Amino acid sequence: MPKQPNKIIKDRKIIDDSWSVVSDDVDKNDIPADGDIIFSVDFWVKNQKHLESRSNGRLGLMLESTDEINLFSDNLGLFDIISINFPAFADGRGYSVARLLRERYHFQKEIRAVGDVLRDQLFYMYRCGFNAFAIREDRCIEDALNAYNDFTVTYQAASDNLNPIYRRA
Amino acid sequence: MYIYSEHDQKILDERVAQFRGQTERWSAGDLTEDEYLPLRLQNGLYEQRHAPLLRVCAPYGNMNTQQLRKLAHIARTYDKGYCHITTRTNIQFNWPAIKEVPNILEELATVQMHAIQTSGNCIRNTTTDHFAGVALDEVEDPRPWCELVRQWSTFHPEFAYLPRKFKIAVCASTEDRSASLVHDVAIHIVKNDAGKVGFKIFVGGGLGRTPLVAAPIHEFLNQEDLLSYLEAILRVYNRYGRRDNKYKARIKILVKALTPAAFKKQVEEEWAHLKDGPIKLTAEAIAESKSYFQDPDYENLPAENEELKQKISTDRAFGNWYRINTHAHKKQGYRIVTLSMKKTAVAPGDVSDQQLEDIADLADQYGYGEVRATHDQNLVFSDVKQADLFNLWQALEKLGFATANIGMITDITCCPGGHYCALANAQSIPIAEAIQRRFDDLDYVYDLGELSLKVSGCMNACGHHHVSNIGILGVDKKGKEYYQVSIGGTTRQKSAIGRIVGPSFERTDVVDVIEKIIQTFVDNRHEGETFIQVYDRLGMMPYKERIYAKATQ
Ligand code: SF4
Repeated sequence: MPKQPNKIIKDRKIIDDSWSVVSDDVDKNDIPADGDIIFSVDFWVKNQKHLESRSNGRLGLMLESTDEINLFSDNLGLFDIISINFPAFADGRGYSVARLLRERYHFQKEIRAVGDVLRDQLFYMYRCGFNAFAIREDRCIEDALNAYNDFTVTYQAASDNLNPIYRRA
Repeated sequence: MYIYSEHDQKILDERVAQFRGQTERWSAGDLTEDEYLPLRLQNGLYEQRHAPLLRVCAPYGNMNTQQLRKLAHIARTYDKGYCHITTRTNIQFNWPAIKEVPNILEELATVQMHAIQTSGNCIRNTTTDHFAGVALDEVEDPRPWCELVRQWSTFHPEFAYLPRKFKIAVCASTEDRSASLVHDVAIHIVKNDAGKVGFKIFVGGGLGRTPLVAAPIHEFLNQEDLLSYLEAILRVYNRYGRRDNKYKARIKILVKALTPAAFKKQVEEEWAHLKDGPIKLTAEAIAESKSYFQDPDYENLPAENEELKQKISTDRAFGNWYRINTHAHKKQGYRIVTLSMKKTAVAPGDVSDQQLEDIADLADQYGYGEVRATHDQNLVFSDVKQADLFNLWQALEKLGFATANIGMITDITCCPGGHYCALANAQSIPIAEAIQRRFDDLDYVYDLGELSLKVSGCMNACGHHHVSNIGILGVDKKGKEYYQVSIGGTTRQKSAIGRIVGPSFERTDVVDVIEKIIQTFVDNRHEGETFIQVYDRLGMMPYKERIYAKATQ
């Protein structure tokens, strides 16, 4: 699970990150009782009852690019964030996962790109439904904001614009 | 030909600016070599043996003369005065300086050209028949569909980081002139029993280490569903294609592992969600794309031209050229002309700045200002009046593009190989030249008839050797160049992968081996049979026996 930087881009702004990651080896009795926590799909499947019974704090999922959505799709409403990990810059699976979450499962909350995330993927990620980006810590997060403006015209239907160019007014 | 809308131009200009920024960050050290790599690849910029290589896209092979002149200018200004037509109907520059590439792209953008997605693990330039729109045997013009696919695939945000490259070909004719079945996806335009035009979809073809012919997965797709179906295929591939081993990452491996039937099932489950969504093509979108590919203002000309007939019978060289390098045209009084870029001792597909300009002048004079690149590395003028053929032939003779060998043994397709390519195991261009020299008797070449010969410098198979009647592949054996020879590949009437004849040969023996294969064919053929027909009838044995006879003496 990648380390979360302290600052992220969300909805075109740089903000402090409020989420803490709970790693897979944490015992269910050691799960923090409050605060916003994020964990893997495995962890969710294993500790679902316990996690649901927390009274304070929000829940979030951290997906690997191979995770199947149907493992948690029945409970999507319980999550305030879904992070999708990019193990490498050139691993494109997360783009499909984000579009499916947005366009097929109508997940409306935060979808965050984490891992090997650089300015140069941001525009496509944004088009695929990501609204938050944990830019790799060794890179300038302010510079990454510019990527929203890389293109002003697009051809395809995607999460940012459900109509392809031939159906736009 | 397609003309950019204001949107197309805007996207392209923004791309040039984006790439300029990326290149600047790379040279300032803000992007590492590894990070810059996929970015520059998506812009057609490779590292190779001596210098970077820039691959410029000719969408489905079409170019106008303004674009040719721009390519000439770029060859002269930024390169060594020539460029190269690739087997994917693109144009390569072999010696640009990386720092100049943003400037080159900016120049290209002024004539609606670019290098977008000409390399990298993304959807590449869609290819089609170089006789599209003028062929006698097509259901309808495939180019409007290519253009719709081009727009859909350009900067597709979901499919920019696929497991591996992805190539789509569209075929609308009885004879498959684009080798469509060795592409990741082949779209065949077909007419069903009710007379309706739609698509038959094939997946999982490809060359390289595991050459495979694509398998059909959908018999008849309605026109408005083309892009949703492609999107479903790509999504399944993007999610489930292998990423752990680059040699097993093409879609063909996934299709083979799952079986075509199981792959189809996954695609169609996905497609069910997309089919009637906004991606569905509208009648207006289809009509608009078609509006760009209307016939030029053809004249009403007589079918027969007496003067031409007479020239054909009296001037033998012209007659040969007419028979071999020109093809029937759907419009009476016109012919399709192929310019042979396969003159002996010229690297197949190489063309100089001056030649590009001369070709542009001829295309303006005789060919409605348009030129097409073919996957056999030749150029085509698609609409030439019969009455102009003799003059055009004379002009092409002077330029060296009238070698009457299209489709013959000396019309060799050949990758750049060890001359330029960093991946090459062996030279390919000198092999092509040696074969052309051996078969220099034109009458003998004509007597051999239709026969394809293709050379690749390594297993990447850019020369398409697998699907050639005779294929030659450079291999490395303990640091020494060897050549593997295969026979029986074809893509035209049907698609088949050639079979390797046996142990590979040293460079000095290759031409003799080819000659033995040809002699075996000549000795065994029945009246009127082509090379591939004889091979299909006899199988490999007689060729093998002849080739290896000496070695066992
Ligand atoms: S086949 Fe191999 S040697 Fe030839 S151009 Fe392709 S990668 Fe290079």
